[in-house]
Amino acid sequence: MKLTVNGTAHEVDVEDDMPLLWVLRDELNIKGVKYGCGVAQCGACTVHIDGEAVRSCQTAAADVWGEVTTIEGLGTPDAMHAVQQAWVDHQVAQCGYCQSGQMMQAAALLAENPAPTDTDIDIAMNGNLCRCGTYNRIRAAVKTAATKLQEA
Amino acid sequence: MSRIGKIARRTFLVGSAAVVGGVAFGYYAYKRPPANPLLTDLDEGEAALTPYVKIDNSGITLITPRADSGQGAYHVQAALIAEELDVELDQVTVDPGMPDPAYYNTALSAEAAPFRSTDDGFAANSTRGIMDAMMKFLGMQITGGSTTVPDSFEKLRLAGAVARETLKAAAAKKTGADIADLTTEKGAVILPGGGTLAYTELAATAATMDPVNDVTLRDPSTWRLVGKEMERVDIVAKSTGTQAYGIDFEIDGMVHASVRTSPCRGMMNGFDAEAARQMRGVIDIVQVKDGVAAVADNTWRAIQAVNAIDVDWGPAAYPSEQAEHWQALSDSFNADQQDSQFRDDGDVEAALDGAEAITAEYRAPYLAHAPLEPISAVVQVTDDRVDVWTGTQIPRFVQTNVAKLTGLDTDQVFVHVLMMGGSFGHRLEDRVVREATEIAMQMKGTPVKLTYSREEDTIQNDTRQIAMARGRGAVKDGKVDAYDLGIAMPSVVASQMGRQGLPTPGPDLQIVAGAWEQPMQIPNYRVTGYRAPELAPISSWRSVGASTNGFFHDVFLDELIHAAGADPMEERLRLCWHDPSHKTLEAVAEMSNWGSDPGPNKGRGVAFCMSFGVPTAEVVEVTNQNGAIRIDKVWVAVEVGRVIDPVNFDNMVQGGIVWALGHAMNSEITIADGMAEQRNYFDFEGMRLSQAPDIFVKGLENGDTVRGMGEPMVPPAAAALSNAIFAATGQRIRKMPMNRHIDFV
Ligand code: FES
Ligand code: FES
Repeated sequence: MKLTVNGTAHEVDVEDDMPLLWVLRDELNIKGVKYGCGVAQCGACTVHIDGEAVRSCQTAAADVWGEVTTIEGLGTPDAMHAVQQAWVDHQVAQCGYCQSGQMMQAAALLAENPAPTDTDIDIAMNGNLCRCGTYNRIRAAVKTAATKLQEA
Repeated sequence: MSRIGKIARRTFLVGSAAVVGGVAFGYYAYKRPPANPLLTDLDEGEAALTPYVKIDNSGITLITPRADSGQGAYHVQAALIAEELDVELDQVTVDPGMPDPAYYNTALSAEAAPFRSTDDGFAANSTRGIMDAMMKFLGMQITGGSTTVPDSFEKLRLAGAVARETLKAAAAKKTGADIADLTTEKGAVILPGGGTLAYTELAATAATMDPVNDVTLRDPSTWRLVGKEMERVDIVAKSTGTQAYGIDFEIDGMVHASVRTSPCRGMMNGFDAEAARQMRGVIDIVQVKDGVAAVADNTWRAIQAVNAIDVDWGPAAYPSEQAEHWQALSDSFNADQQDSQFRDDGDVEAALDGAEAITAEYRAPYLAHAPLEPISAVVQVTDDRVDVWTGTQIPRFVQTNVAKLTGLDTDQVFVHVLMMGGSFGHRLEDRVVREATEIAMQMKGTPVKLTYSREEDTIQNDTRQIAMARGRGAVKDGKVDAYDLGIAMPSVVASQMGRQGLPTPGPDLQIVAGAWEQPMQIPNYRVTGYRAPELAPISSWRSVGASTNGFFHDVFLDELIHAAGADPMEERLRLCWHDPSHKTLEAVAEMSNWGSDPGPNKGRGVAFCMSFGVPTAEVVEVTNQNGAIRIDKVWVAVEVGRVIDPVNFDNMVQGGIVWALGHAMNSEITIADGMAEQRNYFDFEGMRLSQAPDIFVKGLENGDTVRGMGEPMVPPAAAALSNAIFAATGQRIRKMPMNRHIDFV
């Protein structure tokens, strides 16, 4: 089947029900997307499909309906997305393992809602678990990114 | 110290108990520093100045032997070296290096010896010295017990200074300049005329010279990096998805495996893998100790296949129902099972005699570590070499255990430590490496990556101990007069070290840690530890014994203070005799504006605990929202001697509060049918972002010792929460998880 990830078209030969998460990680070697729970409980596997934040562990390969963007496609160390830059400025990460998913979730939120309230942030980010407990910094970074994006 | 050295050699060298004998022997035999591991592994043109710095013509590498599970350990270690070496953090590569006895962990022994952290007497310090020697002897390169910072603080700066001075000497030799006229900056020696010589250009010359050991550490007032806000060395990688973790590691020809071992931690009677063998991508089904593994061409297929195997498990190796575990603890409060009574001030029995006794019982459940990255390891076994790539806090044990399994020598086992997506103590165990090795031995030459599913990671977790405490106390004239706390739990140390084949004679300090050593002057004050029998396998969980005991000790104190009619803050301040601890209480009172009216339906609770030598005071403020508790704010004041990096410090303390409160609210592992009932984050949730309070942190620098901050914020947090709920609702919660007794928003 065909998959477009971060602007590149790929042909993959996998079972229809293989989760997108594992197609990305093991078939395409795109490792920024993380496995945390496999059952839509942690958000570590969050990617965008046509700009919408989805849990790639719960998205079967055959059901992918559009272009996939992973954290690598959001921005790079040399050209960071405003969300990534805000994550650096606030030094959000501890172990960092959840943060790809957090940033993908935040980027989708801000694309849809450029000036989220605290409640908007709580609702949008609540499915993204951080076992290291960086929530205070995540909140602050989302706000900083919102401001930056609005200025741009 | 020379005197204790003599005693050690004469008395303990022969025939004492294992730890004492080992201690003394180790002390003697390891007075010389272990060999520099880098000297045996150097390419031509490379000069190894100390085990912590490596320089060649392509760059500068700082070796950071304490593993990084997210606490910023690589960053902190690199900053300490860079401070004295005069390099910028963006100029260097950070490498955890190969495991070697030279990297023994000195600070851990301070926690292992039974003296209070506030005790600086002769006996305390000399015992710490002996324990330190034991650490060297065992080559315990472990990361735990909040030891990264204390262990590194002098050692790494010294390493940087020795390297710097040696490079200057090399520059002097090369140019004929007088060493006194040389300075250093940004990885280069500055020559008198203003010219520069990069360290990398000096490496070859420095290699031919004796290191300059006669160095003085710089005065803290001149520090460029330490104590200042820095950008963490890994922050860009971790903000762009480019940080590789253990689970991301790939090597050519690698196959993927997933495993299921007995959920009852017992034996496997047999299995039927017919269906699994037919599944797409499955390469093999192999047996491991007490379980079975599927090997496939990707991770998902391996997990699918192993779950398709029909397995017949043997019975549990411990009582099969949770109630029996609690019963075992309840039955342990007796003289025969008394493990320790390090605290016995005044006369508790006399004070309680005739007084109106206040009694209470407390419980803390089993808890999983559940770091977000499931455990994994890549192992390749050949006839004369094994390579292991994994995120571990115990690389030396891994090396030994893999050598034992494969029958090779330890120096044929190469452990490559990878970045960890959290640990909280989880990666102080090494079962994933042992199992990966068992699989790889059956597929010689092929690198095998073993990845646990989240479900397997949860069910096989060596959990936090369960614990129970019973308090009896009395008050007099508005003051706490008698405090008697008994704590029962199985020995974490015995369970954990037992899996490493290490004996642990004597009392287990962890049974009373976080309780017996509190700097409180209660006239009649006793803390007794009772050792429950070994139950389910348990291991170190962020703050270990203090994670349960900090809760017990402080909530009971709070109950007595309320019974006395005293103010919770004032009475703690009155009781606390230790100046740096007192200051944490003063600070947190000021930060939280203690004494002011919190507003309708709100309550504040304070708690204090000293653990790992770190006094920590916390105030939690909650709102009772129509019968459900919302945690609004937390204030933390913590005495760490010196804050190395204020940003990293603030982040870690906040994270530890979220960790502690989240588990206290809603998490437990319970046993039914001999196995953990929980499987994933839906039944082991912790705190979510919408529940996270605002957390305000203050690091105090009044003590004289540098302490690590990975754990001490944990023990007081649940107590402060319980005390706050009491203040807001009048309901006293003595058992965790608290959501069994009250709702949370
Ligand atoms: S791995 Fe997909 S939500 Fe956890
Ligand atoms: S930073 Fe470790 S899980 Fe979020």
